[in-house]
Amino acid sequence: MGFDITLTINGERRVIPLEDARVSLLDLLRERLGLTGTKKGCDRGQCGACTVLVGGRRINSCLTLAVSLDGADVTTIEGIARGGVLHPVQAAFIEHDGFQCGFCTPGQIMSAIGLIREGQAGDDPERIREGMSGNLCRCGAYLGITEAILEAQTKMPPQNAGEPV
Amino acid sequence: MKPFDYNRASTVDEAIATASGAGSVYLAGGTNLLDLMKGGISRPSRLVDITRLPGLDAIEWLPDGAVRIGALVRNSDLAHDANFVSRFPAVAEALLSGASAQLRNAATAAGNLLQRTRCQYFYDTASACNKRTPGAGCNAMGGFTRTHAILGWSAHCIATHPSDFCVPLVALDAVVEIEGKNGRREVALEAFHLLPGETPERETILEPGDLVIAVRLPGSAAGFAGHARYLKVRDRTSYAFAIVSAAAALRFENGAIAEARLAFGGVALKPWRAREAESLLAGAAAGPDVFAKAAAIALTDAKPSGDNAYKIELARRVAVRALRLAAAGTPERVPALPASPFAAIPGVSAHV
Repeated sequence: MGFDITLTINGERRVIPLEDARVSLLDLLRERLGLTGTKKGCDRGQCGACTVLVGGRRINSCLTLAVSLDGADVTTIEGIARGGVLHPVQAAFIEHDGFQCGFCTPGQIMSAIGLIREGQAGDDPERIREGMSGNLCRCGAYLGITEAILEAQTKMPPQNAGEPV
Repeated sequence: MKPFDYNRASTVDEAIATASGAGSVYLAGGTNLLDLMKGGISRPSRLVDITRLPGLDAIEWLPDGAVRIGALVRNSDLAHDANFVSRFPAVAEALLSGASAQLRNAATAAGNLLQRTRCQYFYDTASACNKRTPGAGCNAMGGFTRTHAILGWSAHCIATHPSDFCVPLVALDAVVEIEGKNGRREVALEAFHLLPGETPERETILEPGDLVIAVRLPGSAAGFAGHARYLKVRDRTSYAFAIVSAAAALRFENGAIAEARLAFGGVALKPWRAREAESLLAGAAAGPDVFAKAAAIALTDAKPSGDNAYKIELARRVAVRALRLAAAGTPERVPALPASPFAAIPGVSAHV
């Protein structure tokens, strides 16, 4: 049984035939579309490495069936820089050493963008840490991650879900 | 993951008709279901996708002050709805203590009610589990049981229900609206989940095809808005299931408690309402002694189901702390952070 789904991925509308309903959004991005920036850590919703934005909101792409998202707007780590200019959150992660090995970083950055768009944390480090608890970093770069988000949120005011990142 | 048929329902009637067959399950947020399917714990043959059903994603205010939470309202949308938070702050506090921001953006209100236990033996398909395979036995018994039930458990199952959301909901008399093959019915949330007894595979009163449409809170529940808290003790400060949690809500008249609500999470296979404790508190002046008495009564029937006797004393202390926090007043901002109960809270003693 096959399904054709339509997704807008990083601004590009794509019609994607699916032969199997079991495909997660994560596997679709990585295995079918070559967008390997989004990482597969635990594949069970525990680590946050697969975080992407759907309709402007952060979710775990490993726990989402692609077929169920038909018509959705998806933003991945590949879609946030503008030309050669890094997204403010990307730049801040570099500036503040918000990573070591880098494996969790795409998920951390997408989650941080989601957090700032939600407008709940502001400049409160405790609320940033709480809001980022769904993203694990085995290298323990949390200090730099929090500092990076504190800086980036000053350059990225809260936005509505429909607005571009 | 076992292959399955996928149907996207466009009306409630179509969804119910399609999902009434054996092996069919509903798909909404999918945050628990897909995890269970990847692990081979759930092996449905058909997924009925209800995410496109019209009219189920609204937070509706009824003329009598009640709120009707559509089944598909995302946890994060409910927890950040300013109107909802001002009337039912403990429910928002509970929601925001659960899972992670990513999961709350996907998980739905009805899905939260219907999430399965996180008992490790239920998740481990190499272990015997009466929930997964009725009659197979229970490897949790005599196993690693520090998180297991202390109330309402049976010789067949000692698992707990993991929801935070359900705890203040049950304390505030929430009602579940269900649509099924024979029309619509309502059931109190307190009667929605089943204790394990001899049939731990039966987890709720839902029949095949039944679809939760909405969860309703009565307008009177907003009378507790000034003194309502959810307190959760867990293995880490964030993103962990409750070892024990409590929702406490008080309504004061003339300086005394006119009405009290108390419920626990993490202690049983359902959100656990402590009605005797509530009766004891009604009419009393708020204070540590009466809170301790209420907590003691609430845990009278508690029994360890293994190496978890500590949870009985922990539940008493969490109840006392939740009541003291509720008496002190709902915080200006929910959730009050830091979330750890071990962090200093102005005006409240760390030792009870």
